[in-house]
Formats: sequence, C-alpha cells, structure tokens
Amino acid sequence: MLASLRRIAALIRKELLAVLKDARTRNMLMLQPVLQCLLFGYAATLDLNNVPYAVLDRDRSTASSALLAKLDGSGLFHRIANLTDAADMRRLIDNQQVLVAIQIEPDFQQRLAEGNVAPVQVIADGRNSNTAGAALAYVGAAVASFNADWASDHGLPQPPIEVEERAWYNANLETRWNLVPALVGTITMMSTLMLAALSVAREREEGTFDQLLVTPFTPVEIMAGKAIPSMLMGLVQATSALLVAQLWFRIPFAGSYFTLYVGLILFLLAAVGIGLFVSSIAATMQQAMLYAFVLIMPFALLSGLTTPISSMPQVMQYFTAINPLRYAIDLVHRIYLEGVGLDQVWSDLWPMAIIATVTLSAAAWMFRRRLE
Amino acid sequence: MTAAVIIGQNLRKQFLRKGKQPIQALDTVSLEIAPRTLAALVGPDGGGKTTLLRLTAGLMRADAGELTVLGIDTKANPQAIQDRIGYMPQRFGLYDDLSVQENLDLYADLHGVSTAERKTRYPQLMEMTALGPFTRRLAGQLSGGMKQKLGLACTLVRAPELLLLDEPTIGVDPLSRRELWDIIRALVRDQGVSVLLSTSYLDEAERCEHVVVLRDGKVLAQGPPQDVTSLAKDRTFLATPPDGETPRVTQVGLLDDPAVIDASPEAGKVRIVRGPDLNTQLPASSALARLQLESTSTRFEDGFMVLLQRAAPAGQPAPKAPPITSIVQDGPRSEVVVVHDLVRCFGKFVAVDRVSFEVRRGEIFGLLGPNGAGKTTTFRMLCGLLSASSGTLQVAGTDPGAAATRQEIGYVAQKFSLYAQLTVAENLDFFASAYGLHGARRRERIDWAMAEFELGPVKTQLGGQLPGGYTQRLAMAAALLHEPQILFLDEATSGADPMARRDFWRRITALAQAGVTVIVTTHFMAEAEYCDRIAILDSGRILAQGAPAEIRKRGATNANRNPTMEDAFIAVIEEARAVASKDKAA
Repeated sequence: MLASLRRIAALIRKELLAVLKDARTRNMLMLQPVLQCLLFGYAATLDLNNVPYAVLDRDRSTASSALLAKLDGSGLFHRIANLTDAADMRRLIDNQQVLVAIQIEPDFQQRLAEGNVAPVQVIADGRNSNTAGAALAYVGAAVASFNADWASDHGLPQPPIEVEERAWYNANLETRWNLVPALVGTITMMSTLMLAALSVAREREEGTFDQLLVTPFTPVEIMAGKAIPSMLMGLVQATSALLVAQLWFRIPFAGSYFTLYVGLILFLLAAVGIGLFVSSIAATMQQAMLYAFVLIMPFALLSGLTTPISSMPQVMQYFTAINPLRYAIDLVHRIYLEGVGLDQVWSDLWPMAIIATVTLSAAAWMFRRRLE
Repeated sequence: MTAAVIIGQNLRKQFLRKGKQPIQALDTVSLEIAPRTLAALVGPDGGGKTTLLRLTAGLMRADAGELTVLGIDTKANPQAIQDRIGYMPQRFGLYDDLSVQENLDLYADLHGVSTAERKTRYPQLMEMTALGPFTRRLAGQLSGGMKQKLGLACTLVRAPELLLLDEPTIGVDPLSRRELWDIIRALVRDQGVSVLLSTSYLDEAERCEHVVVLRDGKVLAQGPPQDVTSLAKDRTFLATPPDGETPRVTQVGLLDDPAVIDASPEAGKVRIVRGPDLNTQLPASSALARLQLESTSTRFEDGFMVLLQRAAPAGQPAPKAPPITSIVQDGPRSEVVVVHDLVRCFGKFVAVDRVSFEVRRGEIFGLLGPNGAGKTTTFRMLCGLLSASSGTLQVAGTDPGAAATRQEIGYVAQKFSLYAQLTVAENLDFFASAYGLHGARRRERIDWAMAEFELGPVKTQLGGQLPGGYTQRLAMAAALLHEPQILFLDEATSGADPMARRDFWRRITALAQAGVTVIVTTHFMAEAEYCDRIAILDSGRILAQGAPAEIRKRGATNANRNPTMEDAFIAVIEEARAVASKDKAA
C-alpha cells in the first residue's frame, strides 16, 4: 500500500514537472482562465447598451418628446438620427446603422388627449433576432413607463395589473453574473479534458509508456498518477476563474467554498475520466487531440451555458444528462449566486459521480485490454 | 583526372550554446573527394560527420574556410548545388501515412521531375531497390531496411551527380544492409555517381575507396582505407581463452592491459591489437603473458583503433564493473527465462511461431534476425508488454506480466524512451521511485548510476537534448537502478560508435559476471560474439541456436573457410528462405 502510494506520488510529481517546467505551458495554464473570463465577461454579454436608434417624429409635440425622453434617459438607447422621411428608416436599418427605428404619427398627442389609443410604430432589425427581441422589450418597457406617467399626470385610471419585477440572485439581470461563474466549470473542463487526453497519448507516442509499463506500476496506479495532476491543474484554473469573478467583476459569492470545491472535485474527476478514456483509445497525440475537440464542442453547447436546457428538443435534453458540464454549471450557479449547501446540489453531485465512475473504469479497462 | 567533386579547405564550424562553452564541430578540416568515388566518413559520435555532410549539402555555412562542391562555392550558390546532389539525412523525411508510390511521387514533384523522366526513372529505382511489389504499402508499415531503401529511392528520383548519405545503414539488419550496399556500389560503378557517406560500421568503411576519419572536429587520417589498416600491421593476434573462461571475460582483462590497444571476442577467441612495443618483455601481471597468441590478418577496425588510441587524450578512465549486490542466488546455473512453444499472432499474421529457448542465470543471450523477424515481439512478451497467443513463458520463475516480475527486470527499448522534457537527474529520480526505491537506498543507487555511467556533467540537461552516446547510457542507468536480475536490451547499441559499443559491452560483461541474466537483440553481428548463446530468427521462427562459434561454422563454404558472423547469419537466413520458397512452390 505504502509502496503503491509512493509510486503514485512519483508519477504525480513527474507529470507536474513535465507540464509546469515549460514556461509557455505554465503561462498558458495560469493565464488562460483569467483571459477567458475577461473575454467572456466583457465581450459575450447579452445585455444591451447604447442601442443605436432613429426617430421619425411627425408629431413634434410635448407628448412625443416625453416618450423619446424616456428612451434617451434609459441609458440603453442612443439616438443617432432624427428623420423626416420614412425611406430613410429603411436605409438606416439596411445599412445596420440603427437597430431600432421609431415612427410617431402626426396625431400622436391629439389622440392621447382625446383619450384614444395612439399607435407608435417600432421597427427592429430582425437579422439579429436576440438583440432585436431584447431591444423591442426595452422599448415596450419605456412605453409602459410613459403610459403610467401620462395616466397619473392626466388623472386617468392606472392599468389594472402592474408587474413588479424582482430578479433574485442577480438583481440587475446582468448576463455577466450568469456567464462568468459558469466559466469556472467550462474552462476547467476544457483544459483538464485535454491535459488528461494528451498525457497518456504523448507517452504512447514517445515510447515512454512501455517504459512505464515494465516498471511495477499497476494500471490503476498509472490512472491515479495521471488523473490527480490533471485535477490539480484544473483546481488551480477554477480558482483563478473564481478570483476574476470576485475581484475583478465584483460578482458577490453567496455560498461556501467548501461546498463549491467538493462539487468541483467530483466534476474534475468526471472530466479527467472522459479525458483518460479518450487517451486510452487514441493511438497518437493527434488522434487524442481530435477526439477531445470533437467532444468539447457538444459538451459546451449542451451544458446550458448559453441556451437553456429546457428549451432544447427532448432528444438533446437526454444527451445533456451525460454531460458533466451541465451539472457543474448548475452547481456553480447555485452555490455561487444562490448560496445553497451540499444537500441542495445533491441532484448535481450524484450524476457527476456516476459519470466519473463509468469513464474511469472504462479507461482502466481499456488500458488493461490494450496490453493483450 | 577531372576536378574533385568536393574540395574543402580549413573548414571551421562552431555551434553556440546558451550559457555554455560553444562546440567546435569542425576544426580546420580539409578534404578532397575525387569524382566517381565511394568515400566514407568515420569516427566517434560527435566528431563532426553530420556537420560536414550538411555543409557539403549547402544546408549550413562554415564559419571559415572554403568548400567547393561540383565546382560551385557552397557559400555563393547553395541552391545550385542542391539541384545537382542528393542528400539523405539520418532520419529521412518519409511520410508514414503515404504509400511507397506516393512518397516517391511527392519527392519527384518537389524536385520537379517531369512525367517523361519519371517513366524511365521509376522502373530503374524499383528494380534497384526491389520495392516494386510494395508500391501500394504505407511507408509506416515498411521494415527498417525497406524504409532506408525507399529513402534512398526518393533521394535518387532526380539522378544526382553526388550523393550524401548520413548513416544510411543505422538500424538495418545485415541482409538489408548488404542490399543497400549493392545499390550504392552499383550507383558508383554503373552511373558514375560520387558518394560520400558517414557510417559507424567499420567494415563498411573498409569497402570504400576513400576514408576520412574525424574526431572532435579534426581529421585524423584520410586516404584509402588500407592506409589506416596498415597502422595495425603485424600487431593483430588471436588469443585462446584459458579453459572455463568465456572470451568476453578474457577480453575485459586484456582491455585493462596497457600493452593492448584493443580486444574483442571473435569465434570463441579474442582478437587483440597490441601496442607498438611488441618485443619488450611483458610484466608477470600482464593478462597477455598468460595467453597463447597466434597472429591473424589485420582489419580496418584494428588500424582505426590504433589511430584513435594515438590521438586519445591519455588517462581516460575505463568504465568499472558495476556493483550489483542483491542478486538472489538460487543455484548457480538455474534457468531464469524459459520460453516454450511461444506463439503470437496479429490477426492472421504469425509474428512469433513456436519459439523455444532457455536462458540461465548470468548468461548473455542474443536474439538476432532481420527486421520483422519477430525479435521485438518476443521481447515485448518477455517484458509483459504483450500477451502470448499460446505457449508458455516464464521469467524469474513467474509470469512476465506480474508486478513482482517487473521488479526483477530492466528494459532498454530500441529508441530512447525516457522523458525528453525531464532532466537526467529527474529521470533517474522518477525511475528510482517507480521501482520503489526510497530513503538512503535510493540516494545510494542514484549516486551509483551517476558515477557509473558518468552522467554527472549532464545531470541538469534535458533527456531529449542529450548528445548521442549519453541517451543510451541514461537508458541503461534507469534500467539498472533497481538492480534487476534480468536485463532486456533491444538494439541498445544501434547508432553507437565503436568506442561506445566497447564500453557498453564491458558493462554488460561485468553485469553477467555479477549474476545478471542479459537478453539482447542487435544488428551488429560482431556483438553476437559477446553472447554465450545466440538464436537466429526469421519469419517468427528460430533457425539456429547455439554458441556463437558453432553458429559461425554454418557460414563456411568452400570459398570461404573463415566466415564472419555476418556471413553465417546471411547463410542461415538465405538457406531457410530458399527452403520456404521451395515448399511454397511445391
């Protein structure tokens, strides 16, 4: 037992040395999560800011100015043109100079004053459906706010139902709060999977694997000695991503670190299991790299990182069940933003434990079989 | 007489190393190679052979000196030279995933060989290399010898005037080596090509018309090989070992004798090259004085050793016997490796076919055979890296796959297979731990390995960046850290120079003396002489088995009464192949 642990420790040490010795690899491993977090945190946001829009105000009344003031004052819209001709609206949208164009009819104020419904036409560039949808929703909110003000100023009855919006755990509904903690899982998954996949394939290609196999190492010891260093590096990466989320983006951490790391360890075990399995079936590094790439994309897409799992077709939803990243993202979100304990993330923990058990045993079995 | 194809004058080339002394790869080298000549570059590793070839090919510039190739200055117009020569580096760039034909087409395309030229050239090359039947096979699936032939064919697609070959016969079995040489000689004789090649086989140098001996970047001698051979004239003898002593043990004793320049086992005797003072009285302590000597004919290798001895810095310490202490003695001559009716199939292909042999404690057993004969497959089964299809296999009394067995074996693979990214010290550390060494014992063994294999100076260098001879020493050191009972060496001396091979065998002899059982494969037939017994394999079967001197006799013909090991090897294989093809025809 002691001899076995000594051997595993020697292998771990060797693996870490081999990876961390090279300054470039080391920097890649350490800087990559930080850079990715910054990149995703700033670039990959679904929140709208400075939406360019144009107005064709045919009324030019106090009422129309008040409505536009609502938009301009929101900080989300940026008026780039006051138009006089409807043809200009088409031109600006076609050229993608504006995302939204608003047309106010000449009788706008008059209709309102008469207590009638006054239509406002809003045209959005549907070529980018996500942004257009979001922009339209903002315009709708601005109009609702204008309606409420108008009603109270003119002593009209308020609409019967008012929606009070409160977003829990992310009060301002910032995409960044959703995305950056999810990266803790995504980034580490990608690099641990890749590291584990390459570790055995490299040895096989360089002929060192045979040298390892003629020593008293058992397949299980080799697996442990390969899995643990990849996991350690994964934990370091997860930690740097966490630090960026908290120290740079100031996203408040609601849960307990202990709970989070217990979950992360299980998750990394599953990721490394998949990586080692890939390694066990690949004959060369190139194959291992290709297999890993083929896996990483679906893992990321089917994780709920960018699109909610509940809106995927049923078949796809079944596939997400074997994706450890799906559970990891859910787990990190709940612990990070919601602050739940281990008992609450149980539904995320046991599937990852099963994935880890299955992939690691399959990899060990493959290693043994390849010796035959 | 036309102008020489290569004229070099006072060539110097230095390689700068970060934070270290620069290496003077070539130091005022002058040479001249006449047209239509077969010329060889020989000398210890790191002597500058490859550098000189690369300079000649115009791939590098000399720091100083003049080098004219085919009448063109290498500095002024290297491209013009490259258009007219063929250069085959040590690792020729064949594409393993392309077929033989595709590789050939690729090189023809690269050199702009026209379709019309190909029509005449391809059949010639195919006939020359006998690769015709294999044009559709992937290059990655060719044997070592066939790969070299394909490399040569690719180099020759354009009918070069001068051919530069860097160790073309490394890792090639004796049969393929002979075929390669037939091709090269035919090129010189029939097509008037000039050839300059480097080699670590001294018998190859002997067959050339011109030899350049390089050592530490300096030319030690140059001219016809007979000039070098004659340096040992009248100084070569055969000594018969005393009763009960193996030639290799006698040989080690002789190597330590100051009156002896070189000693090597040969046909159950020991070939000796004596120092210049033949007539002085030998002291009583001299190993030479006890032995019966008969004079024998001189070979190039003998003269070469005299030449190097003369140029060697005095007082180089000879490697000492490695102390192996913890060998379990369970009877002096018990069988340590027992192989019976061993079979291994890959699909329908039978790689190892009913092989049986036994190796006793302290014996050195050699497995010889052409590339693809099944040696490596047998080796892998003995080391537990591959399971047998049928038959029995016992190593150190148990199954080779068991962890306890692996603690008892040391394995040196064909190509360097330690960690290239780790330093020498880190590699040794890791393998010490892998074999369960710890504490004081571990330190002691690592210190021993560092001292024994003189690895101290390269301790902090990365495994992948070690100079030639050190990689093999490091591999040996790592395989011996845990004092194994059995040592497996798979072509461990491939590409090593003659001196490194002497050192290597000296260590092996000492290990066997200490009770370690050694099983080797090699393509150097001279090395078979160090073995107690050898087995010759072809197509997975053992064709001959016995002491080297007995096997040697199988090569005897009326024309050749004193066959070399290589003659015997080729005779045994060809005889078996003739029978096999007759069976097939019947």
